[in-house]
Amino acid sequence: MQRKIRVLIGKPGLDGHDRGAKTVASALRDFGMEVIYTGLHQTPEAIAEVAAQEDVDVVGLSILSGAHMALFPRVRAALEKRGMGHVLLTGGGIIPQDDMKALEDAGYTKLFGPGTPTEEIAKWITAQMEVRWQKEGASS
Amino acid sequence: MSLDDPMHRVQAHDGQALWRSEFDAAKKRAANFTTLSGGALEPLYGPDAIADLDHERDLSYPGQFPYTRGVHPTMYRGRLWTMRQFAGFGSAKQTNERFKFLLAHGQTGLSTAFDFPTLMGYDSDHEYAIGEVGQVGVAISSLEDMETLMSGIPMGEVSTSMTINGPAPILLAFYIACGENQGVDPKLLRGTVQNDILKEFQAQHAWLVPPEPALRMITDVMGYCSERVPQWNTISISGYHIREAGSTAAQELAFTLANGMEYVKRGLAAGLDIDDFAPRLSFFFDSHLDFFEEIAKFRAARRIWARKMRDVFGAKDPRSWMVRFHTQTAGVSLTAQQPENNIVRVAFQALAAVLGGTQSLHTNSMDETLALPTEKAVKIALRTQQIIAEEIEVAHVADPLGGSYFVEALTNKLEAEAERYFAEIDRRGGVVPCIDSGYIQREIHRSAIAYQAAVERGSKKVVGVNCYTEHDKGPTIDILRIDASVEREQHERLAALRKRRDNARCKRELDAIRDACRSKDNLLERFVAAAHAYCTLGEISDVLRAEFGVYKEPKIL
Repeated sequence: MQRKIRVLIGKPGLDGHDRGAKTVASALRDFGMEVIYTGLHQTPEAIAEVAAQEDVDVVGLSILSGAHMALFPRVRAALEKRGMGHVLLTGGGIIPQDDMKALEDAGYTKLFGPGTPTEEIAKWITAQMEVRWQKEGASS
Repeated sequence: MSLDDPMHRVQAHDGQALWRSEFDAAKKRAANFTTLSGGALEPLYGPDAIADLDHERDLSYPGQFPYTRGVHPTMYRGRLWTMRQFAGFGSAKQTNERFKFLLAHGQTGLSTAFDFPTLMGYDSDHEYAIGEVGQVGVAISSLEDMETLMSGIPMGEVSTSMTINGPAPILLAFYIACGENQGVDPKLLRGTVQNDILKEFQAQHAWLVPPEPALRMITDVMGYCSERVPQWNTISISGYHIREAGSTAAQELAFTLANGMEYVKRGLAAGLDIDDFAPRLSFFFDSHLDFFEEIAKFRAARRIWARKMRDVFGAKDPRSWMVRFHTQTAGVSLTAQQPENNIVRVAFQALAAVLGGTQSLHTNSMDETLALPTEKAVKIALRTQQIIAEEIEVAHVADPLGGSYFVEALTNKLEAEAERYFAEIDRRGGVVPCIDSGYIQREIHRSAIAYQAAVERGSKKVVGVNCYTEHDKGPTIDILRIDASVEREQHERLAALRKRRDNARCKRELDAIRDACRSKDNLLERFVAAAHAYCTLGEISDVLRAEFGVYKEPKIL
């Protein structure tokens, strides 16, 4: 394994529910990742700005406000604007199954619902990053 | 053989020793025998466990100090608890229809959920509101929306609870103005505004301005209402969100009552008489999965508060000593997996609230880990309360678990744990310094992490999640969806309102609010006047943010 995976856990929008975000952030840290937590009430622009400054590999969004269909595309667009389109974007929250599927199909990668063990999230991120780094290694 | 007979005592003693030796020798299940909060439990509780309990001092009778056994002499023989389902989504018109649906099915009070822009003091057409309008509650940006929300509902007869905190005084102003426009004297308005800003900084995180000006607005509400809206509960001091954010039962109890005492201190510092405002303080607790621990928590809350109010703060009116509380079942205990199982969880939690002597109750719907509830799911949740009230014969006897060795021992233990937290909070300079330093937030986070770890280790079992799992086919129940047209129509309504109203009058009212921020004038009085002029929530909040600043949370992670 190369360097540590760098993760930004973000809370976009006005949603104040941060138990999940903080629990996942703590757990990913315990799994050896470098984790930055944005704090609450961030705009998509502010999240993308921190992601770029910190040069993270992964952005995880926690959304329990029902605004996921608006926020995932806006964060993706804000990341792309800053040349961060390569970032692995994932997330979770109170998101109906159909919406999860729609967001996954639209390329926002995997979303995690309530009751997901943190280990599952950590393993998935690790596996995704290993594939990416192998590709990067092969092409360089 | 009489109880005093020496032979009887010898036999009783032998019985205990015999039980202990048989218990120790027997094979036991490999499980964690603790409370949900992680506290160790004895396998049996007997007289030894409550040897220090004094009936008169610690229990007394329902309706009598320290109210451990309930706040009314009759308890549910006098009146059943209020069945109050929290509702709100989409537009004011849609929520008005849900309210009427609930009233038609036997609900006895209203409870309003607002969307995030409203909770944070932004109008539906603010940039920050994009995608959030009407999603987790109803969008109320002005008196006009409030009038639609309460249309056809007699405001002098129903009691209405509004779950809002940062901008609570503004929404209360909309409600008072709406009642006045319906021809209802504010003295007749009954209900509750959550208005508990301290737990927002600690757990729920929907704030408007920093703690000090927020507390000033709360004392303004207490002062205004004690004179002019005397039946209104001015704060619902809430443990619910603290618990949902991950705290233990003891932390919920301790932080909630510590917040309550802070409001009392602020009211006194503002020159109010304790017995003028303390009777209008109400409480709101979670009812979680640990049946006995929750019942003990409700009983301990009543006893602690009564003692503090009478003996520490010197309140004379018995109504100032009483914890009257609303309960909601634990949203966080619901599972997205096998969602129908949630109906059963909710029923047990609701039963604990009733056995704990709650004054009103919200039962969660089975589908709330997925979205806001459908009508069908809400109806099952309401019927759950009705079955408890009407069918299973539990509402006939006050405090039916009083005197149980186990429940009394747990009640004592929770009281002692709360006292330890009160001392620690004092040592750290009080509630606001404990928020500023992140102490309370960190304590809650620590418990949340410990619980998650226990579930992942498998030492805490969750049916459908870490045991008795089924291959995940995904939820099979219908869910409620909020149409995107809600946001668009709300924009149109606001634009029309801004055009139609007397904008010069609005400006004068907003200027008057600015002046009141800089003086000691009562802000709620200014908000009511601004509401009548159709100033919007966002416009009023912008003045407050400009005058008082915005809150920046301490970093705890």
